[in-house]
Amino acid sequence: MTQRRHELRRFPWQVRDSGLLLLVVAAGVVLFASVAQTAVQGLRDPRIAVAFGVLIAFGEVLRLNLPGDRETAPIGMAGALAYALLIRVGDHSVQYTAEQVVTVTAIGMIVGALPHLAVGRPAKIGGMSIRLLCVACVAFIFRPLAGNSAVAYHWGLAFSVMTALAVLALLLEAVLTALLRVDEQRARFRVALVDEMRVQLPLGAAVGASGLLIAFAAEVMGLAALAVFTAPLLVTQVAFRRYAGIRATYLQTVRALAKVTEIGGYVEPGHSERVSRLAIAVGRELGIHEPQLLELEYAALMHDIGQLSLADPIPGGATVLVSRQDQQRIAELGADVIQQAQVLGSVAEIVRRQNEPYRGVEVAHEGYRGRPGRLDRWDGEPSRPPLSSRIIKAANAFDDLVGSSLDPGRAAAAVQQLRLDTASEYDPEAVEALSRVVNRRSVIQL
Amino acid sequence: MRGEDSARLSWAARLYIGGVVLVATVVLVRGPFGDIRWWRNVAVLGLLLVVFESTATLLRPRQLAWSPNSSATLAAAVLLGPVGAGLVGACTIFGMRRGPSIAQRAFNTGMMALSAYLAGRAFVAMGGTVGIPNSTSFPKVIGPFAVAAVVHAATNHTLLAGVLWLTSDRDFAGRRAPLGMSVKLIASDLGYGAFGLLIAALWGVAGVFAPVLILIPLFVARWAVTQIAEQQQAYEATVGALCQAVETKDFYTRGHSDRVSRGSVMIAREIGMRGERVEAIRYAGMLHDVGKLGVPTKVLQKTGKLTEEEYAAIQLHPMRGLDIVREIGFLDEALAGIMHHHERIDGRGYPMGLAGGEIPEFARVLAVADAFDSMTSTRSYRGARPVEEAVAELRKWAGTQFDPAFVDAFVAAIKRDGWQSPEPPVLAVDDLTTVAAQDHDDPSAPLRVIDSL
Repeated sequence: MTQRRHELRRFPWQVRDSGLLLLVVAAGVVLFASVAQTAVQGLRDPRIAVAFGVLIAFGEVLRLNLPGDRETAPIGMAGALAYALLIRVGDHSVQYTAEQVVTVTAIGMIVGALPHLAVGRPAKIGGMSIRLLCVACVAFIFRPLAGNSAVAYHWGLAFSVMTALAVLALLLEAVLTALLRVDEQRARFRVALVDEMRVQLPLGAAVGASGLLIAFAAEVMGLAALAVFTAPLLVTQVAFRRYAGIRATYLQTVRALAKVTEIGGYVEPGHSERVSRLAIAVGRELGIHEPQLLELEYAALMHDIGQLSLADPIPGGATVLVSRQDQQRIAELGADVIQQAQVLGSVAEIVRRQNEPYRGVEVAHEGYRGRPGRLDRWDGEPSRPPLSSRIIKAANAFDDLVGSSLDPGRAAAAVQQLRLDTASEYDPEAVEALSRVVNRRSVIQL
Repeated sequence: MRGEDSARLSWAARLYIGGVVLVATVVLVRGPFGDIRWWRNVAVLGLLLVVFESTATLLRPRQLAWSPNSSATLAAAVLLGPVGAGLVGACTIFGMRRGPSIAQRAFNTGMMALSAYLAGRAFVAMGGTVGIPNSTSFPKVIGPFAVAAVVHAATNHTLLAGVLWLTSDRDFAGRRAPLGMSVKLIASDLGYGAFGLLIAALWGVAGVFAPVLILIPLFVARWAVTQIAEQQQAYEATVGALCQAVETKDFYTRGHSDRVSRGSVMIAREIGMRGERVEAIRYAGMLHDVGKLGVPTKVLQKTGKLTEEEYAAIQLHPMRGLDIVREIGFLDEALAGIMHHHERIDGRGYPMGLAGGEIPEFARVLAVADAFDSMTSTRSYRGARPVEEAVAELRKWAGTQFDPAFVDAFVAAIKRDGWQSPEPPVLAVDDLTTVAAQDHDDPSAPLRVIDSL
């Protein structure tokens, strides 16, 4: 143990963030080579370079946080793409190289990141590296083609090539970001990639289209195209910012209100938060996609909300220790509360079935308060509760047994106890995933 | 004003709509029109407008819909001139949306045609050249175009405000909401108007493909706008449900948070708070008593006098509430309101004993609505009081417990809009609910505390 601890202290980058390091180094190498080449060759079309540099910096200042802690810079990215894909400004065919595109983009990004640093926000160097590499990729493919007369004077050909490159850049961004997230959150790559594309697709499409638009419009409007196009994309960005803001407030509110059970003395302090964190880690381990992961988080946070309807708190709040009937009643009451919101239907279902044994209920259980019990059979097979319910069941039982204790021995004993019950009660898959999460956690905590 | 409602349209409204349509028709029929290519371009831009119109976002059910139409009509103003722009605007009539009634459709068409025509006139009057812009026309086309966009938005919203004023119910919300919203609408209209210039500019290089390129960012923006609306609704429903869960425990206070929230909003609107702050106070009202859950049930149920410890437990509930909601990222003012909603103007409230102007504005508003709802609801030790009696009680305590200005505002709002007192609760024998014996919100029956001396 001590040996291992020593190693962990010495080489933290070997455990985490190795992907980030690789990414930053790659971006650094590309940037260094480009700056050197540009310095030797001198800056071409300086007026255009400055205009686009300013736009990219402006876009970087107005970074946008999308749901799920994703930082993007839509305006900066659109500006950089346009700079890479530019053929003519007015009647003047531009002459600059791919290296210059990388240099100007990097300078714009760094200048735009300075205000963030000044107010104490993190620089988010990972995201900047990804954006730079994507722009570099497009620039190195397209700049040699831009001088080609076939591309330069055929609208259709240029349009197809540019569209393909914009799509390529955005795909590359999604892949790299997903890789980074696999590293950070221990998600599965395929799951992370699909989630990434789903979140980025709408804004990415707008960014790609805007990039193409400026590149074309500059031919007619000159550099005024930059100013004209920024206004609509700015409106789009404002809309996205509000959307992300409401999503964040929503989650914060559910988190906060889940705490009322603690303040009321129904459950141990921190219980809901711990169960939800554990449940999400297990869910990631099992490859659950982000939208369902969000539902899992809501359900885990509110899984004990039904206790509010009990006149007297259960001693210690540990639902694992009360009878099945009472557990079921709490679950039903909680689900009723959530059902009232009318928008979280599947969350209510997850909460309602959080106590059912994973093999499903063989016979219809006794209904609560005159409500008929459900007949949980489907073609002779009992219907199983949803995966999220099974995860919450395991995570909840684990937390009831371990609580806020950090003792690895106690955690191992609790996992062992859950394992013994996997024949009917707990989902073996969920318990195994939980065991992996718990092991990893105790290694990190050492 | 949907189909079934149009029979109820007043004569003034009918006259107004008829007038708008008539003026638009007269202006467009006079011409001049262009050649066959001109007509083809009118058709392409008209088609674009129909696509926009068919996918409009509903802002308020049955009344307002928003779509980025202005980008098509403003592009037409540059490419085709005033009459062409008016004709493109008139294509609104072909919109596939099922919502609007015939009268609404006629008005929308007239309004769009007229504002597009005037925008085109403004563009020409400011020295803009009608036709496909080339590299020499920039940047001098931007000035006239900006003026045209402003004229377009101004005409559009003035005509719209007129029809809303003539047709909307004269209720409280109906009158104020469009005014607050239209500022944001005008801003986004102007933003999307800029797309019109982009369409016009790209017409030279990309021809009729230009609008296709433009469509993508516009649809993404629209998608985001609908997402915002959906999330907002989901959020409100969830907060409401959770608050209800907190108060289900006590039979008599069910619906209390919701009513306090409504009362606070009435006061806030009456004193002319900004929309954003009204929203914040709505949430503050809903959440103001969540901390009560930290008060042990037996204290709330006690019928006799409270010991000092028990009174202290009750006095702590605003702080407990603050603990719960502290991490929610909405306005700090709402947090201050929740924490201080039991302060009194004379400084004898809790938890801090603040007096007069030291008490945050939100807290003073909440205190009035809170006490009023407590008095007009049934309690175990008394029936619900009539509204007039509760108003008299508020007036009596104005200046000592309540801020007189907010009491006056509340009374004025109640006089105009009325107040829906809750039905007396139906008592059921049930182990799930408890009955509070005293109400800490009730100013007419203050908590009885055993004197320590």
